[in-house]
This record gives sequence, C-alpha cells and structure tokens, in this order.
Amino acid sequence: MGEGRRRLQRLTGGWGGLALQVGLVAVLVATAWWMGHNAEVNMQTRGVASGFEFLDRPAGFDITQTLVPYEPTDTHRRVFLVGALNTLLVAALGIAAATGLGLLAGVLRVSRNYLARTAATAYVELARNTPLPVQILVWYNLMLVAPPPKDALGIDGLIFLTNRGLYLPKPVFNAEGGIAFAAAGAAVVVGALLASWLKRRRTFTGHAPSPRWGWALALAGVVAALVATGNPTGFDLPHLEGWGFTGGVSLAPALTALWAALSFYTGGFIAEVVRGGLNAVSPGQGEAARSLGLDEGQALSLVVLPQAMRVIVPPLASQYLNLTKNSSLAVIIGYPDLVAVFAGTSLNQTGQAIETLALVMVFYLVISLSISAFMNWWNSRSAVWAVSR
Amino acid sequence: MSAPNNVSGRRRPRVSPFVWLRRNLFATPFDAVLTVGLTVLLAWGLWSALQWAVIDATWVGDSRAACEVRDGACWAIVTARWRQVVAGFYPEGHLWRVAAAGICLAMAVSPVVVRKGWSFALAPLGVVGAFAFLGGAGILPRVPTEYWGGVFLNFLIGVSGAVFALPLGILLALGRRSHLPIIKLLTVGFIEIVRGAPLITLLFMASVVLPLFTPTGVSLDKLTRALVVITLFESAYMAESIRGGLQAVPKGQAEAARALGLGPWRTTGLIVLPQALSVAIPAIVNTFIGLFKDTTLVYVIALLDVTGVMRQALADYSWQGLEAEAYVFIALVFWITCFAISRWSARLERTGGRLKEAR
Repeated sequence: MGEGRRRLQRLTGGWGGLALQVGLVAVLVATAWWMGHNAEVNMQTRGVASGFEFLDRPAGFDITQTLVPYEPTDTHRRVFLVGALNTLLVAALGIAAATGLGLLAGVLRVSRNYLARTAATAYVELARNTPLPVQILVWYNLMLVAPPPKDALGIDGLIFLTNRGLYLPKPVFNAEGGIAFAAAGAAVVVGALLASWLKRRRTFTGHAPSPRWGWALALAGVVAALVATGNPTGFDLPHLEGWGFTGGVSLAPALTALWAALSFYTGGFIAEVVRGGLNAVSPGQGEAARSLGLDEGQALSLVVLPQAMRVIVPPLASQYLNLTKNSSLAVIIGYPDLVAVFAGTSLNQTGQAIETLALVMVFYLVISLSISAFMNWWNSRSAVWAVSR
Repeated sequence: MSAPNNVSGRRRPRVSPFVWLRRNLFATPFDAVLTVGLTVLLAWGLWSALQWAVIDATWVGDSRAACEVRDGACWAIVTARWRQVVAGFYPEGHLWRVAAAGICLAMAVSPVVVRKGWSFALAPLGVVGAFAFLGGAGILPRVPTEYWGGVFLNFLIGVSGAVFALPLGILLALGRRSHLPIIKLLTVGFIEIVRGAPLITLLFMASVVLPLFTPTGVSLDKLTRALVVITLFESAYMAESIRGGLQAVPKGQAEAARALGLGPWRTTGLIVLPQALSVAIPAIVNTFIGLFKDTTLVYVIALLDVTGVMRQALADYSWQGLEAEAYVFIALVFWITCFAISRWSARLERTGGRLKEAR
C-alpha cells in the first residue's frame, strides 16, 4: 500500500468513515433543500420576496438614541449601522466598567482583610447567580425611580443622575479639533512603536533605555497636540434649565441601566477570572522576586502580573465577548441596539425574518471570530515567551 | 483545576481569636480604616435590607392597598398569586400533575448525583415522564403548553434542555476531535456559529424563522420551538465543556485500549468517554447554571415563565409599582438554586469529581 493511499484512508476513515460522512452530507443537503422549499412556499403565501433589496427601502421609524445622524426616511441599511454602533457603544462602556469593577473585586477577594474579602465574595456570588435579564430590569427600575431633574443626584456642575438619564460634561473642540486628534493619534502610534522597539532591544542586548520613554513620548505628543491647537477650549457642563438638563453628554435611562447591569454582571465573572489568575502564580514567585532585591511594586509588575496575565487574558477575552452578546438583552428595556432595531423593528416592518436575523448573526459572528483570533494570537505569543525564557 | 488544599504540606496552625482579628482585620492602619468603614456600611446595608424585606414587610393581602399600612416589602404580590408563580396558568384541579412532573424532573437530574451506569437511563425517562404528566399523553385530559408557566417552566426548560443537550454535546465534541474532515468541519462550524450568536437572536429565530421552514399547515407550538433552540444552543456549550474533559484523558488510555483489541467505538465509549465526562462534570454543571439563568429569556418570546408571570402581575392595576418585590423574588429563586449548584460543583472540582471523598 502506497504512502498516499494510506494517508487518504486515514483522512476518509476507511469505507465506514467515508460512508458516514457521505451519508451525513446527504441528510444535511436533503434537509436544507426541504427547509428551503418550505420557506419558499411559505414566503410566497405571505407575499414576501426573499433577498436583500429591503435594505435600500426607507425605514420609516425613528430611533431614540443614535451616534450618527439618522432620519426616519433613511434606509434599513442605515438602521443596521445605527444599531450596530449602539451595540458597540454599550459594549465598549460595559467592558471598561466591568474590567474596573472585576479587577477591584478580584483583588479584594484575595485581600488580607476579612471584611473586604467577604464583601467582594458576596458581590461575586450575587452577580453570577442571578439572571442578567432580571438584573437589567432592576437597574432600569432604579433609573426610573431616580429623582427628577430638579432634585438630581450628583456632584454639582459635573455629573448628574436623574430619572431622565445620566449627564456628564462634554469637552468642546475648536476648528482645529480634527488636526489635534490626528496629531495625538500619530504621537500614540509612534510612542507605542518606540516602546516596543526599546523593549525588544532591552530583552536582546540588556542595554537600552526603559520602554517607558516610548510611552512618555506618546503622552508628551498628545499634550503638545492639544496645547498647540488650544484644545479642548473648555467643557460643556450639564445644567438645569427649566424642567430638564441641557448641555454636556446625556445617556438615556435605558443606556445607563443597561451599562450598569452589564458591568455589574460581567464584573462578577471577571473578578473570578482575576482571582484565578492571581492564585495560579505560585507564592514562591513573589517571594523569590523579593529576595532578589525587587521591591513590592516591581515584584508585582515584573514577576507576578506577567505570569497571571497569561492565565487571565483568554477567559477575560471570552467575558468581553459574552458582554457584547449579552448587550442584545437591550431589547427588554428598549435601548435601540442592533437586535432591538434591526432584528426587531426592521424585521417586523419588512417581514424579512431570515435575512435580518442572518445579518445580525453575521455581525456577532465577526466580533466573536475576531476575539478568538486575538486569543489565539495571544496564546501563541505567551507560548513563545515561555520557550525563550 | 486548582490543587487540593492540603497538598502543599503547609499546615495552618490554629490561632487565637485575637491573632486572627489582628491578621485579618487590623493588619495595617489602612486595613483598620477599611475594616471600620466596611463594618459601618455593611451593618447599615444589611439592617435596612432586613427591615425592608422582613421586619416591616406585609406578607399577605389581595392588592397593593393591603401593603400601604407598613413601609416594608409587599410580598403579597407573590403570595396572592403563588399558584401562577409556581405553575403558571395550569388548571387548578390538575396541579398534582405539576407535582408529579416535578418528581420526574428530579429523577432526570439524579444521574449527576448517583453516577452509576444504569442511572443515566433515568434522565430521558424523567423528562419524557414530566412532559407526559403535564401534556396528558392521551390518557389524562390534554393541557396545551400555553397554560404551562411559572418557576416550574424555568425548571422544565432548564432540565430538559440539559438532558437533550448532553448527548448532542458529546457527539459534537467527538466530532470536533474526529480526523474525518467533513465531520470536523460541520461540527466546528456549528459550534462556533451557535456560540457566536446571542441566545436572544436564536430565540427570535425560533419564533419567526422556524415556522417558515416547516411545511405550510404544520406548526410547532411556541414551547417546543423554544426548547429545540435552547437545546441546540446549549449543546454547543456542552460540547466545549466535554472537549476540555476529552483533552484531559491521557493519550495512552486510548492507545492501551486499542492495543487490547477494542475497536474505535468501544475505545471511545468504554475507556475515553467515561473518564472525560468525569473530569468535565464541573464544567458541565457551570454550563447548566448559565443555561438555567438564561431560561428567563423565554418571556421575550411571550412564554410565561416566572419573569413573564411576575411582569403580568405588575401590569395588573392592583399590583402596579411593586417592581422591587417582583424582581427581588425572581432573583432570590435563581440565586438559591444557582448558588447551591455552584457550591456543590466546586466541591466536586476540589475532590477531582469523586463524590466519596467529598463526604
């Protein structure tokens, strides 16, 4: 028997394996054909034409919160964009807050202080063991019973919490704002490149300035870009005017509630990830670093954390993915995310159930696959570290 | 996962209460400040919660007016509607069938505790039994699924979803590790697509797309459609938990089985899979907790689970404004169940999946 033939046999698993696979494909193709046929008949009786032409038809409904300009006369394609941006907005806000909360709770869970440890444990168990939809409803109702604008909670002139939403100051930029942003971005890129080059030099030769100089350069560049163009010219502060607040950035009650709920829920899971990572590093590592003369901070940042990060990052990334997927629960309280406006309103208006849901699933799949790709990249990078040391 | 506690060989000496206090509460000045601050905050928080939920609470009544005498929680919204809360709108004279179905569900989850070969046959039997009691199975009067609901519906969906998803998950996990290219491609594709999508889009799919795919005139009821989707959804997550278990079985086990003359089917079924499942049980249980919490989502497609029932109560004029009580109650139901399961699963994890040493 030739080598090629043996390989072929291994690949197809012999006659049995071949028959199994061919049979499975045949069953799947037949089912798909049958379902496709049913769908065709059903859609004909309902008078719905399949295809994506509906994307260019005007949507005809308004959306309460949008990041890009949107009119009811805009197309369903625009609705998709608005919804996707709203999903990404609440996901980004949620990821930032959940990371902070999770990090704090995770560190407190291994704290020396018994009460801090217990309080953190109580939070984690509460967040992880109650359903997220219920948490979202609770936060939403808390927003609704928040005081009206005239008795708003908050720090005078900076941040206000009312039953109409959360109000924050907004930086104001002048005409050169765009240039300032571009210059600041360029400074960050150059600084990051310099830092990574310095780090590599240092690893290989042992003689190179600290990578921190790269980050210092980036910071200096950003400050210089802002100062040179005179930005931001000031802050637009929210203030009470008549019955409500004007000025600043306003987050609608639904967005605030969703943000709070997603952060609270995911924070509990992230706390466990952080605790797992810190526990995975043997205490001997920190002790050895101390006995080599590193101080407490150096031992943590140079020895313990890099090892903990290897354990923390992959599950952390999947928590970020979960948060993004969970933001689809927005539909419960009417925050206009992708699922609510596109798989909800657009679907109901056009009747294009298969097409809208397929597009929404592709959107989430792209996010999910990019996060998997990132995780694979990170894993291979940490593996290389482990070998080269 | 983590090493058992006593392996390190460092035994903690018993310490006096004073030393314990000093170490755990007042180690540094910062710790002392933190301790005092937290004590005040926690005591105040716990006391107000206790006052609201127990001391000043009203327990019975037939509308929210009955609760206006006292300041605390108005649990009457739960007690006055306890039948809906537990079993939805199931006909009053037939509630014993819900109880019988409950016993069947308990039987369906018993294999996780007993873990003998024969006990696994109980799982599908229990689920079928539960559906037979609830639906009537042609013997008892038929009760359509629109009348099923309450906490019981969450348990029914959670348990039967898990029982159907587990074998499917095993097949998917084996398929993913198979060297047959088409099978591998199909299983990986299925797992990644399902895990990439939020459950809510899949539930929408169950309510609007699935009817398109069935022949005209044939319509599955809402609960069945939701169950199909939830089972498929969970099987993808189960597959990943089981894959972890399969990876933990040393390669030598399969090789030894093959060397003893077992074929590929028997190697997998008798040698690899039992070991893999034993390792994977904590992960499977955690997947189950996630699924059980997700069952509250079915109210989005208008099934009357406990969330749906409570929201219906809140929409009733005589109970309006009692959101806090309603949601705290739901949270408590899930918290108790999930916390108990997770504690039990953590214990399994610590003892490496062996129940004997856990006792």
